[in-house]
Amino acid sequence: MDLTTRLADLGSPAPAGLVDRVLARTGPADDWVLADGPAGPLMVAFNDHGISYVLAGDDEAELERQVRTRLDRGVRRVAKAPAGLLPALRSGRTRGLRFDLRGRTPFEQDVLATALRIPRGEVRSYAWVAAAIGRPGAVRAVGSALGRNPVPVVIPCHRVVRTDGQVGDYVWGGPLKRTILTAEGVDVAEVELLGAAGVHYTGSDTTHIFCVPSCKDARRTTPAHTVRFRSAAAARAAGYRPCLHCQPVPSAA
Amino acid sequence: MDADLLFPRLVRAHTGDVWATALRLTGNRSDAEDLVQETFASAWSALQSWPPERVDALRPRAWLVTITLNAWRNGLRTAARRPRTGPLLDHDAAVHPIDALDETERLGELVARLPEAYRAPIVLRHVVGLSYAEIAAALDCPPGTVKAQVSRGLALLRKEELSWT
Repeated sequence: MDLTTRLADLGSPAPAGLVDRVLARTGPADDWVLADGPAGPLMVAFNDHGISYVLAGDDEAELERQVRTRLDRGVRRVAKAPAGLLPALRSGRTRGLRFDLRGRTPFEQDVLATALRIPRGEVRSYAWVAAAIGRPGAVRAVGSALGRNPVPVVIPCHRVVRTDGQVGDYVWGGPLKRTILTAEGVDVAEVELLGAAGVHYTGSDTTHIFCVPSCKDARRTTPAHTVRFRSAAAARAAGYRPCLHCQPVPSAA
Repeated sequence: MDADLLFPRLVRAHTGDVWATALRLTGNRSDAEDLVQETFASAWSALQSWPPERVDALRPRAWLVTITLNAWRNGLRTAARRPRTGPLLDHDAAVHPIDALDETERLGELVARLPEAYRAPIVLRHVVGLSYAEIAAALDCPPGTVKAQVSRGLALLRKEELSWT
């Protein structure tokens, strides 16, 4: 055989695992810390752009695998959490937290930014999120986008439930969604009951304001003064106006 | 493209060529792996400091192979300054008797024993398949010189092969 052909054959493939060994040693890598979440430990990865990935538990190898698969980055454990993370996990106040959502579509980023607005202890429906981003027909796509949330708990995709009151799917599985909501003070059984009964809004007959049922203002209304509505139109027809806090009828940002 | 997103793709796409370059320049797998690691470490630190236009204009294969070549040549210079306790490169004929190797590895061994001035042009041109223009840029010499070194290197290899068959 011709010498130059045989020389070309010397470009033998790299040994197995060499790519992994290179990427383990160099290239982009996020820091991560172990933090207390509402239902057990959380591994929280972050970089200069913000929080990039969250995984329940403390299995470092699994975090490494998922961050490589989903973000194509390495991870290294550090002691110091990014500014604001620990207070946010304690208090639920996420203002000022930054997120690295590069690689997420603009639609997904809109969905996640909207989920971030849902206060601790409250829930909204997939339809509410779809309306809030100005895409009322995209309810299923909202569910998919939340299912791909790279930073669960910190961006509270678990606070988005089905219109019929079922807690619905979760990136970490339905049972954990229920556990986290309960830990945050949501009465999941009541959410399910109201949803099943088709009650999507509750109002106060003293203020004539209507809310989503889990709104903290609605929960202050005593049962004797609580009025239930199946639709926002029915609430308006009865002379009620939407709550400014929970925005039961979201206006697109 | 963002260097963070680009870099792992570069590693996956070009580790084969970087490995082949490193293996055929050094002649042994252990040094080759070190050279591959050194190449990508240099590439990563360079990419992080580049403006996006420069990253976008990159021709990654020739760039990475050039880094490998330069790292290897730097290593040779460093080794040459140190008192030599063994062979410069550890493809010691006593350790690796050339008769025991298969056809492909025997040729690889002959390449690794070529004088450095011919080894690099032969590896870049015929093992990795860079163009003469790319090799000239990598070696910082005129393309005509590269062509002459390649043809001289091929002639040496043919002569060596005859003496082993």
